[in-house]
Amino acid sequence: MREIDVSHIIDTVERLCMQANYELNSDIMHALEEGINREGSDTGRRVLSELVENARIAARERIAICQDTGMAVVFIELGQDVHIKGGSLRDAVNEGVRRGYEKGFLRKSVVSDPFERVNTEDNTPAVIHYDIVEGDRIRVTVAPKGFGSENMSGLRMLKPSDGIEGVKAFILETVDKAGPNPCPPVVVGVGIGGTMEKAALLSKKALLRPVDRRNEDERISRLEEEMKELINGLGIGPAGLGGRLTALAVNMEVFPTHIAGLPVAVNISCHVTRHAEAVI
Amino acid sequence: MDKTISINAPLRNDMVRQLKSGDHVEINGVVYAVRDAAHKRLIEMLDKGEELPFDIKDQIIYYVGPCPARPGHVIGSAGPTTSGRMDVYTPRLIELGLAGMIGKGLRSDEVVEAMRKFGAVYFGAVGGAGALLSKCIVSEEIAAFPELGPEALRKLVVRNFPAVVIIDSEGRDLYSSGRRRFQHVFAQNRKM
Ligand code: SF4
Repeated sequence: MREIDVSHIIDTVERLCMQANYELNSDIMHALEEGINREGSDTGRRVLSELVENARIAARERIAICQDTGMAVVFIELGQDVHIKGGSLRDAVNEGVRRGYEKGFLRKSVVSDPFERVNTEDNTPAVIHYDIVEGDRIRVTVAPKGFGSENMSGLRMLKPSDGIEGVKAFILETVDKAGPNPCPPVVVGVGIGGTMEKAALLSKKALLRPVDRRNEDERISRLEEEMKELINGLGIGPAGLGGRLTALAVNMEVFPTHIAGLPVAVNISCHVTRHAEAVI
Repeated sequence: MDKTISINAPLRNDMVRQLKSGDHVEINGVVYAVRDAAHKRLIEMLDKGEELPFDIKDQIIYYVGPCPARPGHVIGSAGPTTSGRMDVYTPRLIELGLAGMIGKGLRSDEVVEAMRKFGAVYFGAVGGAGALLSKCIVSEEIAAFPELGPEALRKLVVRNFPAVVIIDSEGRDLYSSGRRRFQHVFAQNRKM
């Protein structure tokens, strides 16, 4: 049994909140740079160059890539041989978010209640997903999620007879309807199978995968490529002003499901799709 | 590449009428940062017959909730938020003389109708370019509702702030015309 003090978790979460918000991940940076060469629209090329420049400024000055520094989504993979001491794991994660957003000059975007809507002023609580895994380590992933793109996401409980064609149509429909709102070029996270909430969680986890890495299952990776092609044919383009580059990637995750169902969740994320991780 | 038109804020009505969907502009002058919660407050004030915290005639509203400023900076990251959430409030403000809006994303038919009727223009700034855009903001002060934190109403002075005319005062929309040029796949919007 390995003991880990909560102070390590607080420090790690604090650091990751800042890192995720200041430093655009290199896979996305490359995809934007490549996009400049391939984009057919002048305005689209100009937008992509601005996004690259924006990311450079943010990293250099340690300011947020985007002012919507998101609701902090935190994935904790907790080794079953870890004993946490000094306090509760949940409090530690929230304390890390509080410090990271305060010290990092990041926007506080969380309201205490969906109806009263009073800002909590420290960006807590975080949305925390726990997984118990083998081993004696903790993997912490901080993925701040902006709501311009979150609001454009969707879930549908398809029928088994809808099959792959139904899944493709729903993904395309969701991205089409979102249009310019989620700050394209987007990353599209798709969760297929499981139950309703499982599909939603898979779609969120799919966004943690780099945009240049395909699903290991070749059948799914082909579907990812095909969907990316189709989405880029929608013409939405960078910033929605028309163009060829609408999606940087479509990342899909699948899971066994029930004989009666085919849940599909589409979590749309923008070109600042953020995630930073560390292992303690 | 299209030439860039320099415009001054507040924006006079004759200028509004000259701007065309697709024009690249650089905005100079005062704009007001107003987003969801502050819009709600403004409308509540109007409902009660109170005077607004600023004279809205000919003004430009920027839909933004910035990050806090690092010491030595004017403002933190400050890019546009999704405009559509403001649609329920916007026609009333346009009727009172609001001349321009800066944001990102689609607008409702009601907003476009008010823009045509009273003369207003909708500018798009690049969503997610908040660090870059913050460099075009030369001053920031809280003008009302400080208790709303990031959603407080702010008076900003901008210099060479880059934007594109998305919807002009005749209702032409760059989002649809831009898309048409590149679209060859069409989604079927099915009923469940
Ligand atoms: S969708 Fe992304 S890039 Fe756009 S405003 Fe939100 S966080 Fe920023």
